[in-house]
Amino acid sequence: MKFGVIVFPGSNCDLDAYHLVRDVLKEKVEYIGCDRRSLGDYDVLILPGGFTYGDYLRSGAIAARTPVMEAVAGFAERGGLVLGICNGFQVLTEAGLLPGALCRNGSLQFRCRQVYVRVDNNSLPFTNLAAAGEVLRMPVAHGDGSYYAPPELLQELDRNGQVVFRYADQDGRTNTEANPNGSIDNIAGVSNRSGNVVGLMPHPERAGEKALGSVDGLVIFKSLIGHFQSREVVVDA
Amino acid sequence: MHDPQGTAVESSLKALGFDGVHRVRVGKYLELVLEAASRENAASLVEDMAGRLLSNPVIENYNYTLQEVET
Repeated sequence: MKFGVIVFPGSNCDLDAYHLVRDVLKEKVEYIGCDRRSLGDYDVLILPGGFTYGDYLRSGAIAARTPVMEAVAGFAERGGLVLGICNGFQVLTEAGLLPGALCRNGSLQFRCRQVYVRVDNNSLPFTNLAAAGEVLRMPVAHGDGSYYAPPELLQELDRNGQVVFRYADQDGRTNTEANPNGSIDNIAGVSNRSGNVVGLMPHPERAGEKALGSVDGLVIFKSLIGHFQSREVVVDA
Repeated sequence: MHDPQGTAVESSLKALGFDGVHRVRVGKYLELVLEAASRENAASLVEDMAGRLLSNPVIENYNYTLQEVET
């Protein structure tokens, strides 16, 4: 299988994502420039963290209107798997590929620390190796991470299992202290309706090696890899 | 929706003695020069820009004024 990492001006976690996939998980990965209008044969696209276009106007707003995003939208429409991390999550909401929006942190401060997130939907290709309600330790580093969805949309997301990750304490309880940015309903990550596009503010790609303090982020990438391996087995049979 | 910047500005205004201040909200102001054949054309272009890039309908409202400038 092959990953693609989309690179915008101001992306700064593209190398982290590339390194994790190539050096830790030993899978194929390529960078994709944001001026590309068509994509190669990728299985998973990663929109990495960073401060694309200096976060001017709104975080992710300008990156969301680059040529490659039309190709990403087409890829997602055909069922391709897309993972947006931090700024990549902001880009996906701005592009309309994920519901809701990410606003200034409630504290008005940039938050850079370890958090715990609870997996609230483990039936997706992104999370199927995680246990239901499994708690993952990962870092956050953002100033505009407060997820917001209007009440009707929030109900719809809940109903459809589109809230994939929530900030929680070590034991999986959601509370205000566990939430680094004041997001509504402690939401840390969501999916689109069909479950093939996921975005989250925490950084699983920075929690994939013991030296970094946590390997909990690996479960997301291993789920994705497992998803394709199981599919290949089905095809072979 | 909650606007933490507005809340911070409001408490600062109150600290200055402006006790009657409520519901402060912080937004953005953009100014641009636009070539258009008519006022209607300019309005429709501005609305198109606002819808496609300048505002995010999930979290923002917008309004605008047009002013003719010398070329």
